[in-house]
Amino acid sequence: MASGVKPRVKAPKTASAGEVVTIKTLISHKMESGQRRDSDGNLIPRSIINRFTCDFNGTNALDVEMHGAISTNPYFEFDVTIPESGDLQFTWYDDDGSVYEDVKSVKV
Amino acid sequence: MNFKMLSVVSAMALAMPTLGAAGPDDDTLIINEEIEVVTKAEPAEHLDGALYEVISGWHFRNDDTQAIEMDDFDNPGMLGVENAMATWNTAEGSAGKSCADCHGDAAESMKGVKATYPKYDEKAGTVMTVQMKVNECRTERMGAEAWKYDAGPAIDMEAMIGSQSRGMQMNVAIDGPAKPFWEKGKEIYYTRYGQLELSCASCHEQNYGNMIRADHLSQGQTNGFPTYRLKNAKLNGAHSRFKGCIRDTRAETFSPGSDEFIALELYVASRGNGLGVETPSVRN
Repeated sequence: MASGVKPRVKAPKTASAGEVVTIKTLISHKMESGQRRDSDGNLIPRSIINRFTCDFNGTNALDVEMHGAISTNPYFEFDVTIPESGDLQFTWYDDDGSVYEDVKSVKV
Repeated sequence: MNFKMLSVVSAMALAMPTLGAAGPDDDTLIINEEIEVVTKAEPAEHLDGALYEVISGWHFRNDDTQAIEMDDFDNPGMLGVENAMATWNTAEGSAGKSCADCHGDAAESMKGVKATYPKYDEKAGTVMTVQMKVNECRTERMGAEAWKYDAGPAIDMEAMIGSQSRGMQMNVAIDGPAKPFWEKGKEIYYTRYGQLELSCASCHEQNYGNMIRADHLSQGQTNGFPTYRLKNAKLNGAHSRFKGCIRDTRAETFSPGSDEFIALELYVASRGNGLGVETPSVRN
């Protein structure tokens, strides 16, 4: 597991039914591209978050695939329609197999 | 006549974007919709008319960059602040003490620190920066190793301490025992360095608001330091910035933490007296 990884989510606690709310997410991650070399000239292996998803009550709202050249601490801001009370489930997938999760409840 | 008109039009087209886009704008900086920050101020007396108005570097950035600084969640500099907050509460060194053991809640004890630093220290008999004070604590009271100047943990800590003063106005003392250090800093500010023979003033006093290659020149104020720069995606200390500037004049630079840069930091901070603290600011 890469060090210093911490997911953060900013989502409203309440919304009216059918409201479109803005979600902001950020995960601190060094996003090593796999292109860089260390001081001895050896390639530093790639270590990035390669996928990020957001589900609302089991329904997928966002699914992002990431490749190299995404900068450090990837930040996503997106809109989600909230039809009813429920949980927003956020999942980040690391190259090394680690999965980072966060849940935010929204009340209608 | 056609030719004449054409050249007038093209001259305007050439002149307009550079003039229009490079100067400071008139936006208002409010962080998290609650902390109002003074970003334009009356120049301090010692400036003696060198600047007609003291302007934060925030005004020289475009709206998108400005917006990142206006919300802590968006501001990547806050990641460093968070790291330092964890360090603040972690015991280190042979004394087994953390920063919090003596200083308690940083939000209380560190409030206002950034606004008055660098500051003359009676005991040390010299002007000290925030990072020097932190290292003094680490070596003398915690029994821990001193952090390298402007390196990761030191810069995070300086940003965290600085962020407690957000919105407060810079007010460094330049009289009394600090005077000789300030004079030295002033001399460095106006000395032309390097093959390009540029002083700090050549760009940041005489040409702020103009373009330097593809970027806007600000007044080089330090009220937002340590600053998160989009170009290297990390927090940058004032001394590292000084070093970068002097290097760009193609000169041999001083080192972060050197007496020269401490004096310069005091002088540059005094030029921004009256500006609100923005630490950690966001810049290109």
